[in-house]
Amino acid sequence: MSELIQQVEAELLAAKGLVSADVQSALERMLGRNVDYGEVFIQSARSESFGLEDGIVKDGAFSVDAGIGVRALAGEKTGFAYCEDIRADGLNKAADAAKTVAGAGARGPAQGLRVVSAEALYSTQDPISSLSQEQKVALLQHVDQIARAADSRVKEVNVRIAGSHSSMLVMASDGTFSADIRPLVRLDVSVIVEDKGRRERGSSGGGGRRDLASLYAGDWADGLAREAVRMALVNLEAVDAPAGPMPVVLGPGWPGVLLHEAVGHGLEGDFNRKGSSAFSGRVGEQVASSLCSVVDDGTLSERRGSLSVDDEGTPTQNTMLIENGILRGYMQDKLNARLMNVAATGNGRRQSYAHVPMPRMTNTYMLPGQDQPEDIIRSVNRGVYAVNFGGGSVDITSGRFVFSATEAYLIEDGKVTAPIRGATLIGNGPDVMNKVSMVGNDLGLDAGVGVCGKDGQSVPVGVGQPTLKVDEIVVGGTQA
Amino acid sequence: MEFIDQQAELQQLVHDILKEARQQGADQAEVSVSAEEGLGVSVRKGELENVEFNQDRGFGITLQFGQRRGTASTTDSSPQAIQETVIAAKNIARFTEDDPYCGLADAELMPQQAVDLDMYHPWELSADDAQLLAAECESVGLDVDPRIANSDGAQVSTQQGIRVYGNSHGFVGSYASTRHSLSCVLIGEDGNGMQRDYWYTVARSADELDSAAHVGREAGERTIARLAPSKAPTGSFPIMLAPQLAAGLIGHLLGAISGGAQYRKASFLLGSVGQQVLPTWLSLQESPLLPRSLGGAYFDGDGVATRSNRFVDAGILRSYVLSSYAARKLELVTTANAGGVHNLALLGPSVSRDELLRELGTGLYICELMGQGVNGVTGDYSRGAAGFWVEDGEIAHPVDEFTIAGNLRDMLTNIVRMGDDFDLRSNVRAPSLLLAPMTVAGES
Repeated sequence: MSELIQQVEAELLAAKGLVSADVQSALERMLGRNVDYGEVFIQSARSESFGLEDGIVKDGAFSVDAGIGVRALAGEKTGFAYCEDIRADGLNKAADAAKTVAGAGARGPAQGLRVVSAEALYSTQDPISSLSQEQKVALLQHVDQIARAADSRVKEVNVRIAGSHSSMLVMASDGTFSADIRPLVRLDVSVIVEDKGRRERGSSGGGGRRDLASLYAGDWADGLAREAVRMALVNLEAVDAPAGPMPVVLGPGWPGVLLHEAVGHGLEGDFNRKGSSAFSGRVGEQVASSLCSVVDDGTLSERRGSLSVDDEGTPTQNTMLIENGILRGYMQDKLNARLMNVAATGNGRRQSYAHVPMPRMTNTYMLPGQDQPEDIIRSVNRGVYAVNFGGGSVDITSGRFVFSATEAYLIEDGKVTAPIRGATLIGNGPDVMNKVSMVGNDLGLDAGVGVCGKDGQSVPVGVGQPTLKVDEIVVGGTQA
Repeated sequence: MEFIDQQAELQQLVHDILKEARQQGADQAEVSVSAEEGLGVSVRKGELENVEFNQDRGFGITLQFGQRRGTASTTDSSPQAIQETVIAAKNIARFTEDDPYCGLADAELMPQQAVDLDMYHPWELSADDAQLLAAECESVGLDVDPRIANSDGAQVSTQQGIRVYGNSHGFVGSYASTRHSLSCVLIGEDGNGMQRDYWYTVARSADELDSAAHVGREAGERTIARLAPSKAPTGSFPIMLAPQLAAGLIGHLLGAISGGAQYRKASFLLGSVGQQVLPTWLSLQESPLLPRSLGGAYFDGDGVATRSNRFVDAGILRSYVLSSYAARKLELVTTANAGGVHNLALLGPSVSRDELLRELGTGLYICELMGQGVNGVTGDYSRGAAGFWVEDGEIAHPVDEFTIAGNLRDMLTNIVRMGDDFDLRSNVRAPSLLLAPMTVAGES
């Protein structure tokens, strides 16, 4: 048995007076006549954050969230229940509730448990205690000072540092016996600058599945502070954005939120099993320009969206979603993989034990192309160059998606000129992807702040892309 | 044990936690405990899809030592966890810094007695009955039109909750509430592709829910109405917002006049008390004590007794939306809005939706907004939209894949007229609103 599983068993079971046989008997308990799959997911997470405002570290919070989620699957049906805290009576009660969908009668016993082994992508050490409390406070103060020193127009600075350490154990009737210990940290800076009565905000942040000490090391945090101030000052000069369809060049890294919205959600297995996605039934078809190859890769070391195993205990992988414009496959959890008769891809994720797993993205990005970023900008006569985004959303059924630029510039005669006010870009996923006409050689991944929401559940994700050009997309400015 | 029987136990838990806080030497403490229990059942294409039972319980505590504070929370309410959590909050407070403005709200602001807002109406609904109801709802929707080709299902949810808040002034307040809902999401398809839309009903008491057939029919009709959309033209056009979206617009106003946005100087309405923020015929009224309302509460997140607030009177901003902390920072008095507003409504003369469309003339009736393109500091507004093209006061055809853009300050002060179709399903009760022309970006 792996060392990791022993460690998690000690923390989640033994410390609560449980043994793995208790979990197995709960699994047996819910295996009714029609049940295809039963699962027990046990999790305990500790989180801590400190926030600075007005130059003082005003608030700090610590939380412990632990519980057991139990799920029974029968055909397309899901029965789900959970209990707060880790207790044998709660486990059994949840198992009985989840069995609602199982039908009467008994089924054969669960398969013998087999330990799932997966490559460790991050440290199991507690990321929160890697810095002393004094160091955390000092880091916030330091970032505040760097931001204020960067420009006299800086009026307000907010800084927040957060870390969490989560252990999970999953045991299922298909024999899955898997565990993971996940660190996650982030540092966020937001500033308000004021000049001649005009105020603007700038923000920046970063993190990943590493420890808080990594945020403290070197001058990484100084860079975040200066970046937030730079962005705010750029926006002080912003002019009204143009309105209407036009060429748009997207910068590398975080603008990959384009892919997350335009194709990512539409390629999640549940929507495609139900036929409710604009990409349903299109595997093997051209869904993007041949310059586009898009992957979802949960195996990147220490990235925010990475997982050694997903929340169903399946090892994550690097999944080719679109290869040279051709749709290759969907992202799957166990339920949808079974119903679509394909393999799970390690994309079964849940916000916590109190939520059901669904197919979700990990780190979604576009592979680099051949073009020099300068050439891409030079190719545009009149358009927009967008480098920072506030987020986006998609209607997977129509394919319609939006994402909102928070830092963007006009391109005039092949040159980047004036900054423009924030504007939303809107398009249709397959449509826009077919209009990608140049792809840069400068693949970048985001700094580690992405949060993806679906059906009321939030999970950390990553995005990335090289500089790319979309020949035409609607820019939602005020200057028609 | 009935769910509601926990209330006394949770109140005792608050007393126990406050006692532990005192023993740990805290100068001030506040505790919030909540318990929730419920059932959600969904049906898709006539078949049971999900049955989810939820049961949540947790508490959070904020301790203050001098002018420093620390917060901790947990899902475990055992005596050992209480002690550990109080100590965790104390450990946090050892490292935060003096904040001259922190502290409980003044003791005399706490409610003198509990107010029963009639918000607790449990629904004895089995998973089987919930399935039947959801199935009826979906089937009525699927039958609306043969072009309703697919479904994302219908869902019935029933939730009950207890909230207890206590602080070291000696105030302990609690109330129980229920919330039931029924929703349906349908997918239509024709030669132009697929479109989805939904409808829902929500209430404190199950007998106040719209019928399953009504919800299904609305979802179906709305979905069909969206099929075969055109793109909107680019240009400047008058805009009418559907009630749910009008509530969102008022939400942006509330964000801008919240104490937090004011003291952080992160508002496009900075320092605007006494100034015009809405047209002179429009007021904004909060009524926290409305019985059975979805936003009702007799005390706020600081334990302060709620009161009726008229934030905007005849277009003029009269007061910010304040918690005790923000009020202290701004040298004002709290408006009992720690944690948000309670039942906000627009007051003023209204006309029927048809009249509103006639007044719109030619422009856009917006039924969906997408994305986060709203800058609270500058008021810059640019969002994706879908809805209907209106020609001479009549709905002509569906449109999508366009944006509307402008500045919130102008959008709010230039509201032309409001409808009488108030959406009561939300904490902000708004009707359709006719806005002055905005920039629409769509086709070239």
